[in-house]
Amino acid sequence: MLMELWVVPALPLAGFCVLALVGKRLSRWLVAGIGAGSVGLAMVGAIYFSHDFMAFEPTGHLYRESLWTWLNVGGFSPDIGLYLDPLSVVMMLVVTIVGFLIHVYSIQYMAGDEAYSRFFAYMNLFVSSMLILVLADDLLILYLGWEGVGLCSYLLIGFWYQSAANARAAIKAFVVTRVGDTAMAIGLFLLFTQLGTLDIQEVLVRAVRQWPVGSATAIAAAGLLLAGAVGKSAQLPLQVWLPDAMAGPTPVSALIHAATMVTAGVYLIARMHDLFIIAPPVQTAVAVIGAATLVLAGCSAMTQFDIKRVLAYSTISQVGYMFLALGVHAWSAALFHFMTHAFFKSLLFMGAGAVIISMHHEQNMFKMGGLRKQLPFTFWTFLIGACSLASLPLVTSGFYSKGLILWSVWATGHPVLWGAALLGEFITSVYTFRMVFLTFFGEPKGEVSARPGPIILGPLVILAFFSTVAGCVHIPRPLGHFRLFARLVEQALPVPPMQPLPIATEVVFQLLMQGSVLLGVAFAYVLFLRRNDLVAAWTARPAGNALHRFWFSGWGFDWVYTTLLAKPYVWFAHASRDDAFEWIYRGIGAINRGLHEQLSRTQTGLVRWYAVGIVIGAVLLLGLVVFL
Amino acid sequence: MATIPIHYGLLLAALLFVVGLVGVLVRRNILFILMSIEIMLNAAGLAFVVGGARWGRADGQVMVIIILTVAAAEVAVGLALVLRFHGWFKSLDADRASEMRG
Amino acid sequence: MMLPVLILVPLIFGVGAYVAARVSVAAARWIALLSLAGNLGLSIYIWIAYFGPISLAGVTGPWVLEWDAPWIAPLGVHFHVGMDGLSLLLVVLTNLLGVLSVAASWTEIEERPGFFHLNLLWVVAGIVGVFLSLDLFLFYVFWELMLVPMYFLIAIWGHENRVYAAVKFFIFTQFSGLFMLLAIVGLYVLYGSQTGGTFEYANYIGAPIPRGIAMVLMLGFFVAFAVKLPVVPLHSWLPDAHTEAPTAGSVILAGLLLKTGAYGLIRFVVPLFPWAVADFRPAAMTLALIGILYGALAAYGQTDLKRLIAYTSISHMGLVLLGIFAWNSLALQGAVMLVLCHGLATGGLFIFAGALQERTKTRDIRVMGGLWSTVPRMSGATMVLALASLDLPGLGNFIGGFLVLLGTFRAYPVYAAGASLGLIVSTIYSLRIIQAVFHGEKTVDWKIADLHPREVAIMAVIIGALIWLGLYPQPALDTVQPSLNVMQQTPARGPAQTPVDATPGAP
Repeated sequence: MLMELWVVPALPLAGFCVLALVGKRLSRWLVAGIGAGSVGLAMVGAIYFSHDFMAFEPTGHLYRESLWTWLNVGGFSPDIGLYLDPLSVVMMLVVTIVGFLIHVYSIQYMAGDEAYSRFFAYMNLFVSSMLILVLADDLLILYLGWEGVGLCSYLLIGFWYQSAANARAAIKAFVVTRVGDTAMAIGLFLLFTQLGTLDIQEVLVRAVRQWPVGSATAIAAAGLLLAGAVGKSAQLPLQVWLPDAMAGPTPVSALIHAATMVTAGVYLIARMHDLFIIAPPVQTAVAVIGAATLVLAGCSAMTQFDIKRVLAYSTISQVGYMFLALGVHAWSAALFHFMTHAFFKSLLFMGAGAVIISMHHEQNMFKMGGLRKQLPFTFWTFLIGACSLASLPLVTSGFYSKGLILWSVWATGHPVLWGAALLGEFITSVYTFRMVFLTFFGEPKGEVSARPGPIILGPLVILAFFSTVAGCVHIPRPLGHFRLFARLVEQALPVPPMQPLPIATEVVFQLLMQGSVLLGVAFAYVLFLRRNDLVAAWTARPAGNALHRFWFSGWGFDWVYTTLLAKPYVWFAHASRDDAFEWIYRGIGAINRGLHEQLSRTQTGLVRWYAVGIVIGAVLLLGLVVFL
Repeated sequence: MATIPIHYGLLLAALLFVVGLVGVLVRRNILFILMSIEIMLNAAGLAFVVGGARWGRADGQVMVIIILTVAAAEVAVGLALVLRFHGWFKSLDADRASEMRG
Repeated sequence: MMLPVLILVPLIFGVGAYVAARVSVAAARWIALLSLAGNLGLSIYIWIAYFGPISLAGVTGPWVLEWDAPWIAPLGVHFHVGMDGLSLLLVVLTNLLGVLSVAASWTEIEERPGFFHLNLLWVVAGIVGVFLSLDLFLFYVFWELMLVPMYFLIAIWGHENRVYAAVKFFIFTQFSGLFMLLAIVGLYVLYGSQTGGTFEYANYIGAPIPRGIAMVLMLGFFVAFAVKLPVVPLHSWLPDAHTEAPTAGSVILAGLLLKTGAYGLIRFVVPLFPWAVADFRPAAMTLALIGILYGALAAYGQTDLKRLIAYTSISHMGLVLLGIFAWNSLALQGAVMLVLCHGLATGGLFIFAGALQERTKTRDIRVMGGLWSTVPRMSGATMVLALASLDLPGLGNFIGGFLVLLGTFRAYPVYAAGASLGLIVSTIYSLRIIQAVFHGEKTVDWKIADLHPREVAIMAVIIGALIWLGLYPQPALDTVQPSLNVMQQTPARGPAQTPVDATPGAP
């Protein structure tokens, strides 16, 4: 039966507490056991609860569990409570399963690190925060998880704190996401002020009842929440932190910056879908942001040297697909892609991690090459992930999820966005196979120092399996029409308003998408494996070089923010180091001192002068007395 | 014997007082300053006596006696200070002692 | 009778510690520690015994505990102390931070330890007196009583520039206290006869004061409290005093002295002059906004660790000012929570800064960096405190900040939205503390010891309290709520209401 759901987030939290307090005194195996074990138990719990949830089908397809009243002031009484519905079931499962695999992977990946227990402590805290986020019953507790994952992201990006660059990247991530969080907090103020509660379901019910579609308040509230989502999910215009976040250890990139945390924004929008539905302009903005982000980030991904940065931009781009789907009301498609993306992207990151430790921590793809022979195991799993990312037909999960998104975009009547998504497909397969060809094909350029061990490869195999078969939970009409996933999710989220188009149209559009994918693969094959000189010649020209640099730097967003915000802030901060207000009081002090100097001049030290003073004073006083 | 008009006595006292005051202000020798102060004190005493005579009260004489005693005490302290002053500054110039200048 | 005891214990044992130090320094420290711990125990006992829902049910009137004795009869001055939920929590905080600051200066203070503990305990007595006084004259006496020992704490045991800082502190607070004295006297002279010729605080609530005079008197009080809080153009004493004071002094300054300003605003300024406050509200809220942003900005620019932390206080207190002037139950509760949690978190940060300075003999963050591996316990504890400063949910400051902003947003959304920027800037300076001290490359290879068990205990108490207030703040909120209710009702009792809405947005 469904009960005691709180143990799922509590287990990793307990792991964090133990590791943070006494982790230093424990043996490495015990640390690994607690770190991975707590998440493993949480995973077991999550599977158990999900099974129960689907088996018993609680009334209304939801289960709530209230632990205690957080606070109760003047009509504001958020509960510390958990909420389980199909949406959070999917999120919880993905977070715990992928989280557990990444913890296992980290046991060996991080084995040489001094701060072993600190790493697992942070990772556990992260998993716990993420679970709180997705299970939250109340927007305030969701915000707790929301900030918690932001904090863990900061801690883990800056995990190797000795390097100033890492610390900078960590601060950047925290501050940029905090900008979004602040907007979200204002959104919460607005929701509470207008609706009188922050309980998620109650907010949605009251919002729909109270606000007409397109009302200004609804638009403001949804827009502020969108700003929060954009920050956390690294979408335009707050995407700048994610590429730099790759400074953290690779398992962190896999867990936080690919599989789970960046999808928090997707979750938030899906969770608050009713609010977004009554704010159509915001809904359109979600779709446009998604489409723009997926193209922009894809272009940047094509120009990177660092394998992890390619994956980072690819993550931004893939989350863009999810936003696009959310924007066109294709809620289940977004969630479906979230799930498959979590599998194949963590697979790719962990594969990249395996490559990186095999190459003396070299991350530059141009110094790799030919690793197909030396690391066959890593190669094949990586290739499976790459195929899934590029959504090669039929055998990859990405094919099903992205196919669903593209089809939904078209079927809900957004041809321009569909065009952007199709272009994105092409770009995706270009940068994906550019990465594969540069890393695993061609001439070997560096030597392989160590081969990844079984604890690293095990999770890769499992994720490769999921990346292949996870698509089966939703098969489109031309191939058999199996809607297990959508049926589950549609218990919590509305059905997208799709036009009833004939199957033939769907077949045509599937073929178009596959055409662009295969074209991209061929393009990458020609440019990066056969005719390297073409790219070199092209980037040697001024225009090509400028475009390359522009894309490489992420479309200049960093430059704009640094120039317009960061530098003036630092300048002002340094200018106010000596506190401008201090001058007021210095001025008062100076005036007093000046007066004092004038007065002290009269103190000549000559007795006779004083006597003169007495005489003058006496005469004046007498004069006053006599004449007045 | 015709009484001397009161303002004669007061005028004399005032004259004496101004003489003393000028002495204090213009002399630099500390001994002369002290002597000038004595003149001022006695001028005040004279004024008291004149007042006492005018109203036929003993208060004026009482005040003079007090002034005499105070003056004696003052001279004793003052001369002691003058001795110390001389010992310190090797001079009797009052303006030499200007260390309190601000 | 328990209330005078709360004030007398530190006064008497302060003298005791002074005398004992002639025999044994350790005895002086123990006397100070145990007497404050006893006081803390007493205040917690009062909380449990008198402020439970059952005991509260029998209480009529605003004061749960009260003690009154005539003092200066011709002027109608009474030694009148009383305690409600608000003063109780602040007294508990005072004694807790008193204990912690005695513990924190256990090894730091070697010079004249007896006199040090005398001053420390007398400051605590003064602060407790301020939180308990119900007589305006008595309040002023305690207000001044806080200053003198604090002046000595800074001037004798401070750091390099201590005399300058101490004199500046004294001039600012004394000068601003003068305005309050004038306002008190003005109130007494103008309206005392109508209210029975006493300085009794409650008698002046709702006094028929014309608008112009009320504004003048209100400003008199406001200036005194604004200097203490501090509100931005009057904050200039704070960075110097906090920086130069010894650890215990900084803890008391940041944790308690600033709070007397907030307390004064809540207890006196708004209830006594509700309409003047309503007129003054836009100005005060603008000052609050400036304080939040300016404090954060200036904090980021500092290179002196204690100075950096001092500026963060200015930023946080801006939020408190905002909450007080928003004056609805959410914002007020938030302000009180923020006062409590800021006392703990910033007090903790100053204890950290003091501990670090004791080890490295410097406060310059430019020569620090990469200390995490050297002092992991200190780093972890400090990080929690820094996270509390940036309003991370789960720690008490978040509850305070969130409630203030939520309450302010109801009535004044623009101010609240502006103040929300504080969430971003507080992130920037808090991370700078961690970044500059613990992360990054080692600029100097410090060989320093990690936190001792004594210091670990201090940090554990602070962090434990912050987590408690962050996850289950209800006991504290429930304790304060009745007294805030009373004070929020007060405008309605005034006979001389001018038809200005004093509590717009209040439910």
